[in-house]
Amino acid sequence: MKHLIDIRDITTDEIEQLIEKANDIIKNPEKYREKCKYKKLATLFFEPSTRTRLSFEAAMMELGGNVLGFSEAQSSSASKGESVSDTVKVVSCYADIIAMRHPKEGAPMVASFKSDAPIINAGDGGHNHPTQTLTDLLTIKRKKGKLSDITVGFCGDLKFGRTVHSLIAALSRYENVKFVLISPDELKVPGYIRKDVLKKEKCEFVETSDLQEVIGQLDVLYMTRVQRERFFNEADYIRLRDSYILTPEKLDTAKADLSILHPLPRVNEISTKIDEDPRACYFEQALNGKYIRMALILKLLEID
Amino acid sequence: MNIDSIKNGFVIDHIKAGNSMQVYKYLNLGELVCPVAIIKNATSKKMGKKDIIKIDGNIELNLEVLGYINHDATVNVVKNGEIVEKKHLELPETVTDVIKCKNPRCITTTEQDIQHIFKLTDRENRVYRCIYCEAKAND
Repeated sequence: MKHLIDIRDITTDEIEQLIEKANDIIKNPEKYREKCKYKKLATLFFEPSTRTRLSFEAAMMELGGNVLGFSEAQSSSASKGESVSDTVKVVSCYADIIAMRHPKEGAPMVASFKSDAPIINAGDGGHNHPTQTLTDLLTIKRKKGKLSDITVGFCGDLKFGRTVHSLIAALSRYENVKFVLISPDELKVPGYIRKDVLKKEKCEFVETSDLQEVIGQLDVLYMTRVQRERFFNEADYIRLRDSYILTPEKLDTAKADLSILHPLPRVNEISTKIDEDPRACYFEQALNGKYIRMALILKLLEID
Repeated sequence: MNIDSIKNGFVIDHIKAGNSMQVYKYLNLGELVCPVAIIKNATSKKMGKKDIIKIDGNIELNLEVLGYINHDATVNVVKNGEIVEKKHLELPETVTDVIKCKNPRCITTTEQDIQHIFKLTDRENRVYRCIYCEAKAND
């Protein structure tokens, strides 16, 4: 593995290795404190992000490395019209590894063609976000002890939510994962996910618009935000944003060991009253994001 | 229809009726200085109607492009007035710099000097997707 652009580029064995490494980092953090001493991570964020950028930076710092970069396109030479290829060629002269977020789909792939340093896709528009998927997989594995034989519900915006598409693609490769897709009609998963992923991999899945009806079946509930920036029409956004709000009452019929995940940030789709419920895993999930990124940086830099 | 008039070159046969101008365009045949004949709506036992293109010259024919546009076509290679080879086309695994991605969110819409590459993702339904953003070709 030279770069990480798409979660489908890596095998389930490689995912397993990353999860094992992350678990070891969680268990023995002191062992990793100087693993990346004198190494530099460049965070090229052409689009604003808080948690992804900070978790990459925290990951590199905890490995003893240094961080440089920018957090919006305006503070880079992209604002002067520099191409992604040129930016990356220059930055790879200064950094050992690069994490890139870009509003254009496929930008990190273009970067990977030009860079000598490993490129990590930290999100490209509504397309891919593989490190979020690795974070989700690590969280599910830590909570359930397995990634197979589970029923996973996805709720909210399943049409534009890239984290949903990537996680479905990743989980579809494991045995006996049942998918329950909960969304309003307007925000159902795109046809290619249904056809090229779920049907192709012969996964069992159901689609429903009623969260309450299915919540009792779920081992994992993956909530998502209805994202304003993915809508062209403000009226549609306002009409749909409150479609699926998780409240303590809705959890009455849920399993006692349900794990509630959310890629964050949330707006109002999970009531803050749920934060204290032991089934709420989203803040732990955010923490796991740092550990899996540490594992990934080590893997890409070929440091044991 | 005979091809005796061609000495050395190609006859692209079994082009879907109406597609010959598209083939002409994508293969850049307009730039050739050798004779090129386009026959439209020729009678075909197999297809009812078909188009044919004859090229009287030894040129490099891009079979990848032709396979993408009209993979049912056949290419007859003519040498000294005789057909010496019949090539059947296949759907190419990738098509480079033939079509452009129409997804406005794709990096190919802003990045200069980038190759526009599409990959065959569904052979049965002849679906090609942009390697960068995965949008379907011609969507």
